[in-house]
This record gives sequence, structure tokens and C-alpha cells, in this order.
Amino acid sequence: MWFFLELIANGIAVGGVYALIALGFVLIYKATSIINFATGEFMMIGAYFFYTFMVMLGLPAIPSFLLVMLGSAALGFAVERAILRHMLGQPTISIVMVTIGLSSILLGLAELIWTSDFKNFPPLFPRAPIIMGEVVIRSNFFWGFVIAMAAVVVFALLFKYAKVGVAMRATANDQMSAFSMGINVRTMFTVAWSMGAIAAALGGLIIGNIGGIQPTLGMVGLTIFPVVILGGLDSIAGAVVGGFIVGIVENLAGGYLHEYVPGDVKELAPFVVLVLILLIKPYGLFGKEEIERL
Amino acid sequence: MRIGDYKVSYGADEAVFRTGTVRVWMIVLFLAMAVFPFWAGDYLLYMANLTGIAIVAAVGLNILTGAAGQISLGHAAFVGIGAYTSAILITKLGLPFIICLPLSGLSAALFGVIVGAPSMRMKGLYLCIATLAAQVIFEYLFKNWESLTGGIRGINVPAPTIFGFEFNNEFRFYFITVPVVIIVVTAARNLFRTRVGRAFIAIRDRDFSAQLMGINLFRYKLYAFALSSFLAGVAGCLWVNFIKIVTPEHFPLHESIRYLAMIIVGGLGSVLGSIFGAIFMTIIPEVLKSMLNIVSAFSPDAMAYLSPLQTVVFGLLIVVFLVFEPHGLAEMWRRVKDYFRLWPFEH
Repeated sequence: MWFFLELIANGIAVGGVYALIALGFVLIYKATSIINFATGEFMMIGAYFFYTFMVMLGLPAIPSFLLVMLGSAALGFAVERAILRHMLGQPTISIVMVTIGLSSILLGLAELIWTSDFKNFPPLFPRAPIIMGEVVIRSNFFWGFVIAMAAVVVFALLFKYAKVGVAMRATANDQMSAFSMGINVRTMFTVAWSMGAIAAALGGLIIGNIGGIQPTLGMVGLTIFPVVILGGLDSIAGAVVGGFIVGIVENLAGGYLHEYVPGDVKELAPFVVLVLILLIKPYGLFGKEEIERL
Repeated sequence: MRIGDYKVSYGADEAVFRTGTVRVWMIVLFLAMAVFPFWAGDYLLYMANLTGIAIVAAVGLNILTGAAGQISLGHAAFVGIGAYTSAILITKLGLPFIICLPLSGLSAALFGVIVGAPSMRMKGLYLCIATLAAQVIFEYLFKNWESLTGGIRGINVPAPTIFGFEFNNEFRFYFITVPVVIIVVTAARNLFRTRVGRAFIAIRDRDFSAQLMGINLFRYKLYAFALSSFLAGVAGCLWVNFIKIVTPEHFPLHESIRYLAMIIVGGLGSVLGSIFGAIFMTIIPEVLKSMLNIVSAFSPDAMAYLSPLQTVVFGLLIVVFLVFEPHGLAEMWRRVKDYFRLWPFEH
């Protein structure tokens, strides 16, 4: 029983991080209808920013953390202005490919700047594992989860109450009406990209803190697709729920199935679940069904 | 300037090669392809074979993604299925190459239909992610179904023999690759002159309108998946017989993306574009390598930057083409041709 509980607890901890990254993804999708295949690379770059500020420049943790947020926001801003703005109204394939191309550029740049060597953060949290009853969670997982959840709550509140959040929701809902209400829709696109990049960078930071960083860290970004599709591409609540489901499924599969199934079940399981969900509900669990008219 | 282009029958107007000039150039091209292997060295022939195989796969992807508008992130997996089918048929059943070639295509087409089946209910981004899942799952199967695929060690394949003649080096294999490429390209070019090909384009442009005009969406989408993965399978079969070993590492997600990049850079929905794209994306890494070779004369550790630079250039090509030339090299080629066709009266 404790094994099961431990898997669930670890699943929830990882799922929280997935939820945060997926949130950034959904923010971008909702506002701009762009599916960001470079999410994983945004995570990786965020983690490297932190490494640069903290290890290479020797800044303390908190200022580094803030600088990472600033840096990722700038990255999102630059990407939107330089590339994505030209892609407005282009067919889906072009938009998908442009973000894939972007991810390749970021990956290559990271290898050029930081080399492909494996790097570690200095220990940020007390090493002692968190013990709850019979369940033991590694401290990095636990604190990662706490930070991720805090960020999710901040983003959700921002989205619900802050003026910019309301404007973003209006943009996502109906661009024409948003325009006519005096919302600068283009600025909203930029804001969405910046926020998406920040969310991804925070996720990357947490994951980098758990397993170390190298340029291929972005591969974790692939797991985000089952998460967002599970919840529905345009649902924030769905992103959070999807994150937890994928985190738990992944850990349960890794814990129970690896004796019977060869190879990396942990990485495969989310995609199998993804296919099953899509077969039953083609727009994810919470996604908005697209109604088309001629 | 092109003059005397005057047609008196529908047949002449519908022909693939419409003018005498085009026919002459096609003959020149065929002659060049026939002479090439006798002139080129092993390295160039190796590249030519790889390019030819890439053209077959890219034409396949362009039918699905460029013409029918269904994005596939799993094309490499279908190439892999073709390669593994061929390797297994050859090593376990001892079938001859010439039979394996269509069989690999058919087996890939079968899996293509299975992956394409969800397109009944999904489209656009959701379908795109479903094909991503297919890519991940097939990759896993290649790696872990050891009794069939040999796991990470892969399968070794002997050189193919046709009627007792062994195609065991680059030079000889060239004479397998080129005919297959010519057949595939001709077939694809003609596909878009048939009902099926036109239906694909109608689906891409507006699926609802296509449906209203009497196109069975589901059936034609499945045709597109089947055709596209058939060609992928053929490419896979060629590939494994050329390289003579198949391992799971040869068909990662990145390879699927490379095929997508080929058709983007070449030109979506254009057969000529697939050819240009495949050639371009195969040559560019080599060009980069030789450029770095020159630089490394001055700074010895320049070669260390090769792999990241290739990654950056690969991404840059995709982005730059999409932003500045969304119709790809085929469109540039058309403009160049138009310039000479109208010369000296550009306007």
C-alpha cells in the first residue's frame, strides 16, 4: 500500500510541474491559437538562465530567480515580435513548423553557448526528504511542487482578476469584440507569449533542479502534449487536471508495469493514454468543441 | 520568350510536359542522371542514393501534408515500418528484394490507415498530436519488441540481389534508387490529375466544402494516409537495403521533422518541391561540414561546433522559409523560370 501511495504522491508532485508548463502552453494557445512546440526549449533555456545567473555569475537564489523570469519574458517577447507575428493567419502546418524550427534554433544555440555537458544546480533546498506518514518524497520534488502550485495559483488569479488577465481572456474569447472594446490585441499576443515563456521557464527550473540540466532537457516538453491534449488545448483547468493525471499515470506505469513490459514504460504511458482519450473525446476532456460553419 | 505555344487539342493542353522546350530539358535531365554515376565518386553516389530515398519519402509526406492538409509528425515511423518489414522479410523469410519493396510499402500503408483512422473525428492540431503519439509508440516498439526487431542492436540485411545481380555498392544501388524515384515522382505528378488527387486538394482547402461536393472525407483522408505511408514504406525498404542495417535510432521524431522541413523548404503540395526540398536538406549539412572544414584550418576546434550549428541552421531554414517564402523553393524556381520565359519583356 505504501508503494502505491508513494507512487501517487510522486505523481502528484511531478504532475504539479507538468500542470505549470501546460498552463504556459495553454495561455499561448488560448490567446493566439498557436501551438508552441518550442515549450520544451523554453524550459531548457529558463533552466540555463538560472544556471548562468546563479553559478556562473554567483548571484543569490532569489535575485537569480527573478532575473530568470525577466529573461524568459524577454525571450517570449522577442520570439513573438520577431517570428510569430509574421505568422498570423497562416495555415496550421506553417505555425506548427515555425515553432518546431524555433525549438531547433534554441536547442542549437543552447549547445553553442552552454555546451552539451551535463550541469547541476547547487542545492537550493534542505536535502532531508519530506516524510508524510509512510510516504517519503524527495525534497526537490516536494519544493518543486510547492513552487509550481504557487505559480499556477498566481497565474490563475492574474487571469481572473488582473486587468491584463481579463483583457487576455477577452482576446481569447473574441478578437473582434476585444478590439472594439479598446484592447490592444497585439499587445495581448505579446503578453501571452511572455507569460507562457515564464511558466515554461519555471517548470524547466524545477525539473532541472531535480535531474540536472543539459540541452536535451527540452525533450521533457514532449510529455506536455499528452497533458494539454488530455485537458483540451484551450482549457486552463484542463491543463492542471491533465498535468496531475499524466504525472500519476506515468508514475503508476513506471512502478507497476516495468516488470511486465520492456523498456521505458514511463515515457510511453502518457502517449497511450493520450491516444485512448482522443479516440473517446476528440477535443480532450475539457476542450472546446470546434463548431464550423461555412 | 516562349512563343508558338498553341494547342489544338485537349490532350496537348493536359499533357504533363506541354512544350517542346520542356521535353528537351527533361531529356537532358535524364541523360545527366544516366551519366552521373560514371562521373561521380563513391561519396557523391552515396549522397545521391540518400537523396533519392529522401525524395521518395518526402513525396509521400507531401501527398498527406502538402496536398491533403493532414499534418503528420510520424512520417519517420512509417519509413521505419517499411525498413523493418523489409529487413524481417529478407532475413526471416528470405524473400527477394523485388517482392519486399511493394510489401514494405503495403505494410506501412496498413499502419498508416490505422493511424489515420482517428482522422474521422479529429483534425488539425489534435490529429497532429495523435500522429506524434504514433511516432512515440512505434519508436518504442522498434526498440522493445526484441524478438521481431532485434531491439537496439537492430537487424543486419544482406545486399539486395535482382535476378542474380548483387547491388552491393553505391554505384550499383544507384540503378535501383533512380528508377524507383522516377516511378514515384511520375505517379505522384499524375495523381494530382486524377479524382483522388483533386479530392485531396479540395479537403485541404476546405474540408466542409469538399464534403458538400460529394467527397467522402473519411475515405479520402484514409487514402491520403495510405498513399503517404506506402511511399514512406518503400523509402524505408530502399534505405535498409542500401545501409544494410536497421536500428531504432534511425527513426526518431527528429527524422519526422526533417521530412516536414523538406516539404516546407521545397514547397508544400508540390511534387517538384518535394524533390528540391529533399535535395536541399540533404546537401545543406554537408555544405556546413565542408565550410567548417575550411574554418578549422584557422581554429582547430571549429568542428566541435558542427552539430549545434547544424541544429541552428536547420531551424533557421524552416523559420526563414516560412516567414519569407512560404511556397518554398518550388516557387522560387517558378519565378526564375517565368523571368526567362518572358525575357526580355518582364512586364
